[in-house]
Amino acid sequence: MSTATTGHTDNTDHTDNTDHSGHGNESGHAEHKSDLWYIGVALILAALTALETSTYWIDFGPLFMPALLIMMTVKFLMVVSLFMHLKFDNKIFSYLFYSGLLLAIGVYVAALATFRFFGSG
Amino acid sequence: MADLAVHSPDTGVAGHDAHATSTGLSNNKMAMWLFLGSECLLFGGLISTYMLYRGRHTADLGPDQVYDIPFTSVSSFVLLMSSLTMVLAVSSAVRNDDRRTNLWIAVTALLGATFVGGQVYEFTSFYDEGLGFTTSLFSSSFYTLTGFHGVHVSLGIIMLMALVGINKRGRIPGKKAEVVELVGLYWHFVDIVWIVIFTLVYLIPS
Repeated sequence: MSTATTGHTDNTDHTDNTDHSGHGNESGHAEHKSDLWYIGVALILAALTALETSTYWIDFGPLFMPALLIMMTVKFLMVVSLFMHLKFDNKIFSYLFYSGLLLAIGVYVAALATFRFFGSG
Repeated sequence: MADLAVHSPDTGVAGHDAHATSTGLSNNKMAMWLFLGSECLLFGGLISTYMLYRGRHTADLGPDQVYDIPFTSVSSFVLLMSSLTMVLAVSSAVRNDDRRTNLWIAVTALLGATFVGGQVYEFTSFYDEGLGFTTSLFSSSFYTLTGFHGVHVSLGIIMLMALVGINKRGRIPGKKAEVVELVGLYWHFVDIVWIVIFTLVYLIPS
């Protein structure tokens, strides 16, 4: 009986958690901004794309590669965080996505290093 | 026994509220994020392969000879703007504005189709210049990478058009805003993959 009672209590607790979170910010429904805010973000992304493209005509010297990689990363993070709402959403979604991303980066950087991609060979 | 009798309707409660999950989060959304995380591995492999082989080409048919950066920049801009229209569609869906939701989804699909059309044009012009799939390791890895991305965009367009059709019939199952958001997440993902491809494949010279 005591086991049944314990099981009952546990289940009740789970149901309560689900109900509360199901209607709160933890439910996975991200905060949505205004349309103007999204247009502002898109304008910044467009400006960054224009800046990236300008490297084709303008010589950035030694800053060329770092500038391109930084702009790429900023654009990537802006779309993921703001358009895909990862910044405002439940952290579990961030863990799921970024763990896949970091795993991919780790595996392929290791693979490329194996092929002496970064070496002179 | 009385405890068990009270206990058993729990499954009924779960059935009553289809969105009640053990985590309190939408299973569909979690599955989508997990899927997108795994897609990083797919595209990571394709990008790495391209990075390895981009120098393996014939003298006159390398990246520096065939790429048309101004044209690809416009394509990239079009795909980037489709992310804006997609997020506006999600925003409209959250406000239960069906007309604008369908409009923005259709515009997103149109921009996506423009991007795919540009890619078909690019592939055709490369082929006309003599760069076939088996011409070199560079061409094979390039066509495989950008082709896989193009297939993803095309699937996204089919999903978007299907969403408009289902929404017009009022047959979207579950929460409408969440369904639109899930398709939106996939769409944004193909955009972020292109952000990486555009820089690593097109802008950084071999």
